[in-house]
Amino acid sequence: MGRETRAMQDDDTTNPAVLWLLDGESLWNRKAGEAAKSCADCHGGAGKSMKGVAARYPGFDVSQKKVINLEQRIGLCRTEQQKAPALAYESRDLLALSAYVGRQSRGLPIDIQVNEKTKPFLEAGRAAFNRRQGQLNLACAQCHDGNWGKSLAGNPIPQAHPTGYPLYRLEWQGLGSLQRRLRNCFIGVRAEPYSYGSPEYVELELYLMWRARGMKLETPAVRP
Amino acid sequence: MARVVVNLPQQARRGEIMEIRTLAGHDMETGFRRTQLGQLIARDIITRFACTYNGVEVFRAELHPAMAANPLITFTTVATESGTLEFRWTGDNGFSATHSAQISVV
Repeated sequence: MGRETRAMQDDDTTNPAVLWLLDGESLWNRKAGEAAKSCADCHGGAGKSMKGVAARYPGFDVSQKKVINLEQRIGLCRTEQQKAPALAYESRDLLALSAYVGRQSRGLPIDIQVNEKTKPFLEAGRAAFNRRQGQLNLACAQCHDGNWGKSLAGNPIPQAHPTGYPLYRLEWQGLGSLQRRLRNCFIGVRAEPYSYGSPEYVELELYLMWRARGMKLETPAVRP
Repeated sequence: MARVVVNLPQQARRGEIMEIRTLAGHDMETGFRRTQLGQLIARDIITRFACTYNGVEVFRAELHPAMAANPLITFTTVATESGTLEFRWTGDNGFSATHSAQISVV
């Protein structure tokens, strides 16, 4: 991404994602569901309780017995704790909440736990990253491990580290999750994308975040 | 009312030029896009932005469909006296958003 885009991202007065952060803050404090609880009722101030959380997701959830991402974790709080209807994937409210939670970990290094519980999901994600797919029969690794830095259709190929999700994409003219971006990748190699919330995406997310371990979280970022 | 974010200094010296940054949350639908079925998506944009300083208009902008979503409008004005800066956005389908900020001029 260019110098101007990075400047836009790093300045809270110009980063368009700030609009979603304000919504996220409202939602954090708003009571919802049959339990009439807000996030704050259990978690208090997000600045303290959510610090470091986004840097550890996706992670293994004991109740679900599988690895889940941050959006799914927020969804579980919503349905199980607040007893409220689930927020749809890519809905404005879910994006605002995950951006707000993610913002509390900005500047912290990504830290994904690898243990016997997360290993199978990590390996599935690694296999997916290296697997050829789609009409173009390309694997993620071919561009993002083997040819990063080179130009593709006039744009530099990035290493594909998801350090700033959910982020404001100028192409989308709005905020979107990592899964939205992954769907674009699938469409890019002319493969049929999985639906939102698919385990295949969560495994890939886990692998990508592990691959970016140590890098600082930039949520919410701005990208072209 | 839609989300708006306004950034300006809380305090300024008399005669100093101050930069004001405004961000308005709006999809800015151009009116040129079509759905998958070919139907035109109706235009829905912010058309006007104005800033008044103690009742006197100091900045005005007319926006057109070419403007990107969530428009960031940055402008400068001279700090003359302490008081209130009022910001107003108006647009299609009765869109209206306002924001008010205090400035202390020493």
